[in-house]
Amino acid sequence: MRLRFEIVVSLKDGLLDPQGKAIQGALPTLGWENVSDVRVGKHIELVVEAESEAEARSHVEEMSRTFLSNPVIEDFRVLSSEEASAS
Amino acid sequence: MTAAARPRVGVVTFPGSLDDRDALRAIRFMGGDPVPVWHADHDLHGVDAVILPGGFSYGDYLRTGAIARFAPAMTAVREFADSGGPVLGICNGFQILCEAGLLPGALIRNRGLSFICRWINVRMQDERGDVLQIPIKHGEGQFIASPQELARIEDEGLVALRYCSPDGVVDERFTPNGSANAIAGLRNQHGNVLGLMPHPEHAVDPDLGPTGGQFVFEWLFAAARERVPA
Repeated sequence: MRLRFEIVVSLKDGLLDPQGKAIQGALPTLGWENVSDVRVGKHIELVVEAESEAEARSHVEEMSRTFLSNPVIEDFRVLSSEEASAS
Repeated sequence: MTAAARPRVGVVTFPGSLDDRDALRAIRFMGGDPVPVWHADHDLHGVDAVILPGGFSYGDYLRTGAIARFAPAMTAVREFADSGGPVLGICNGFQILCEAGLLPGALIRNRGLSFICRWINVRMQDERGDVLQIPIKHGEGQFIASPQELARIEDEGLVALRYCSPDGVVDERFTPNGSANAIAGLRNQHGNVLGLMPHPEHAVDPDLGPTGGQFVFEWLFAAARERVPA
């Protein structure tokens, strides 16, 4: 089966996020004075072919841990999966 | 001349490497034999030492150095490093070494957000504590590690270079990118792998400015000679 996954990679809590800080600094100039805690991350989509959803998910978690995120600075979440349309 | 007297030093060129030619030139200037290594090569052509040069390998996609670490040449570099071979990572090369797990920690966006390109001072963390003038040019050179990892790095004396003032004072004020503990360069436990953000290959020829980078090449050549007896 082919399954589509979404992975969100974000900087670890407490780690300075210069991009988030810059965006947060810019928002008040548009009138948005009520925003805090802006964090910028990465959104990765991919399709995995595997025997089962559990197997596919374990592959995605493995590649997220070893390559798509850097555990020194980032956390990741495997967000959702749905059966990808057959090619 | 014996191979040991004139070390053969490889420079790995990845797609997006920029400073590979300057590194090759600096090796020759410093009295070594430069050996170009292509990222797709499966061996290092029997070199005595290897340099991972600066630049933007694979466009810095995903993270700096994240994709370069999977190049075939990196498998050879890892084996070379594991067997005690001297490896120098400069700027993007430092980032690649961290991504490959050959050095601890990671390099993230400079604290001030700006790309910084200028001459800075670094202090060698040995008994002599020489202050070297070497240029930096990077957007992602802020070294970070977890508090436990940072404590281990300090306990084991792995810091090779720290940013400092012209007269050698190490302080946050003189750390251009916000690096933890003013770390500009780091070695591994065995001392054969060194990564640094400043660019020694741009600071060897007195006709072009300060020559703080010569010390780094002298270290690399000495390590290469130690490994390959004459």
